[in-house]
Amino acid sequence: MPERYRRQLTRMMSQHAHSEIVGMLPEGNWITRAPSLRRKLSLIAKVQDEAGHGLYIYCGTETLGVDRHELVNQLLDGKAKYSSIFNYPTLSFSDVGVIGWLVDGAAIVNQTILAKTSYGPYARAMIRICKEENFHKRQGFELCAHLAKGTPAQQAMVQESLNRFWWPSLMMFGPSDTDSPNSGELLRWKVKRKTNDELRQRFVNLTVPQVQALGLTLPDPDLTFDEATGNWTFGAIDWDEFQQVISGNGPCNHERLAARRKAHNDGEWVRAAATAYAAKRTSASTEAA
Amino acid sequence: MTADSQWPLWEVFTQGSKGLPFAHAGSVHAVDAENALLNARDVYARRGEAVNLWVVPSSAIVASAPSDAGPFFDPGNDKAYRHPQFYKVPRGVVVF
Repeated sequence: MPERYRRQLTRMMSQHAHSEIVGMLPEGNWITRAPSLRRKLSLIAKVQDEAGHGLYIYCGTETLGVDRHELVNQLLDGKAKYSSIFNYPTLSFSDVGVIGWLVDGAAIVNQTILAKTSYGPYARAMIRICKEENFHKRQGFELCAHLAKGTPAQQAMVQESLNRFWWPSLMMFGPSDTDSPNSGELLRWKVKRKTNDELRQRFVNLTVPQVQALGLTLPDPDLTFDEATGNWTFGAIDWDEFQQVISGNGPCNHERLAARRKAHNDGEWVRAAATAYAAKRTSASTEAA
Repeated sequence: MTADSQWPLWEVFTQGSKGLPFAHAGSVHAVDAENALLNARDVYARRGEAVNLWVVPSSAIVASAPSDAGPFFDPGNDKAYRHPQFYKVPRGVVVF
């Protein structure tokens, strides 16, 4: 395997794995405050899936000869990147719905194509992930549909969430093709099969009719349907905001990393106990023999 | 070994339903075989994907080298007479 291919894949896959892990945090905040047992069960299952997705992809990076341990440390040290979307706060329970619908929806658009990527272990992880993300998207859309048909206060709540998450969701596809440093190489190697802008357009085209079906609106006065291309053309994305968020200055970057470090440190006794238990059993079986 | 250690790596094989072969699903880190099985269940079989699981220490797997695939598999690749197409059958006769 060419060294540059290995390095680029490691970079891309580890960012993806970190995103799954950090992605547990914004929604995890709402587990204890879910409005019903049904919503709580769905949310716990979704957050557990995200942990699983992180593990599938870390497992994929290990086939490239990288230690998971090393990647986890890069995340905890603040040296690794992860998806900018998870640095936005979740201010109401309807954010859980909008995240499932838009953020997991955007992830599906991206990952369906990645399921055909040239590196087998990554492609296989994507196939498994896409199946599970469909549940994430459906539960989110159902939640939003429920609120959109609810009381005026519920309608206002889901509209407000949609307004906050729409633009950050579009940014999830990464920089525009004219400004994406790694895309050319990744496309040439068939790691990526479509450009960031192609995927973003596909997501907008899929999502606008869903928004209309719920009687909600998108916060983009320039959104118009182009008869000639069949695309929904959208307004300019605030790339300054995107750059700020990926370089560590988003609304929740510090909070997210602090939460990850705390979870890692708080879990230390569990790791120590498991290690001690295994050592004790090994020595017991050695003595017995 | 510190508590921060990621523990040994285990390869996970799942059997989708009885009678099917076990297929490689991925890997997990775990402190021992028992925990490897539990981790494998939670990571690779959350939605009924398996009726049986194997976990094998990754270090126990002996693999052929992809770079030597040519010469290594050559003994099987140069024997056309092992395939039915090698044998001629008179025109019009159906041979199973």
